[in-house]
Amino acid sequence: MRDMGQIWVYLSASPLLHLTLTLVVYQFSTMLYKRGRLSPLLNPVMLSIIAIVAILSLTDTRYETYFDGAQFVHFLLGPATVALAIPLYRQFDKVRRSAFAVLASIIAGSATATASAVGIAWLLGGSREALASLAPKSVTTPVAMGIAEQLGGPPSLTAVLVISTGILGAMLGPYVLNLLGITNMAARGLAMGTASHGIGTARAMQVNEVAGAFAGLAMGLNALATAVLLPLIWRLFN
Amino acid sequence: MLNYLTLIFVCQLIGELIAVATGWPIPGPVIGMALLFAGLLLRGGIADGLASVGDSLIGNLSLLFVPAGVGVMQHAKLIGSELLPISVALVVSTVLAVAVTGAFMAWLSARSKLAENETGGRD
Repeated sequence: MRDMGQIWVYLSASPLLHLTLTLVVYQFSTMLYKRGRLSPLLNPVMLSIIAIVAILSLTDTRYETYFDGAQFVHFLLGPATVALAIPLYRQFDKVRRSAFAVLASIIAGSATATASAVGIAWLLGGSREALASLAPKSVTTPVAMGIAEQLGGPPSLTAVLVISTGILGAMLGPYVLNLLGITNMAARGLAMGTASHGIGTARAMQVNEVAGAFAGLAMGLNALATAVLLPLIWRLFN
Repeated sequence: MLNYLTLIFVCQLIGELIAVATGWPIPGPVIGMALLFAGLLLRGGIADGLASVGDSLIGNLSLLFVPAGVGVMQHAKLIGSELLPISVALVVSTVLAVAVTGAFMAWLSARSKLAENETGGRD
């Protein structure tokens, strides 16, 4: 029998180990989330990231090694984004009836997200890199990375800020909406999707299909609007 | 099953091709979503197989963000050195964005409902 050290060397070089780790940790986190009756504070993305970062640090594993395995999960983000056409189609009647309100609200929310993030970080002395990475933070990851690159922010830092924004929105958003007394499911979904892209959409989808469809729509339109407008506006300020 | 998964991949692939060919700043998957949506409108419905493939992808949407999120470990240094501006900006702007979008949409919807009632309702 080979010793543990050799087995570990073999396993840690194969993508299977970190792919499985991601799936197992996520399912544990989801179990906790369900036990906690979908409390936003037990967001499964956050729990999973904390647990995996802890495990990788303890085993002295580099992120690149982890990503070799986890990339198979990451890859499915694209197809899942395409599939958001399905809930959107199911709710299309509702969306069409409020097309003007939807567009106006997304543009207002998107401008608020970018302006307040950049403004606050600038006031508190954030670096140029941080500002450029914060600007597209409410937009879905692949778009945000592309936009940040155009503005001069490191794309991988942007990815982290985007995901943090998603988790924060999924955790705090429901409380903010309750505090404002907003019960309209279309409005709740739109807010979650505009402020916190796919992670907010996932949260909205778990709670209500109407909210989920509006969240998915908001995510797509916000990505579109920000990708077109932000680089133009950024140029004006520089 | 496989045919509908393929259909989704094809939509994304065409989307990526359009994005690269035109140089638009819109990502391939978002164009792919628009293409699939246009297809559903033309067909006038969602096939059962497509619904089950799509719903299982979307049902696990949060899982798909985990690998990129773990990347936080690579940026611990920069984030650590600018912890205050980054964290305050993230929290405040996210809360504001949720509040503004939600309040705007709720207000506009309530107003249009009111207008519909006053005109005796449309549709």
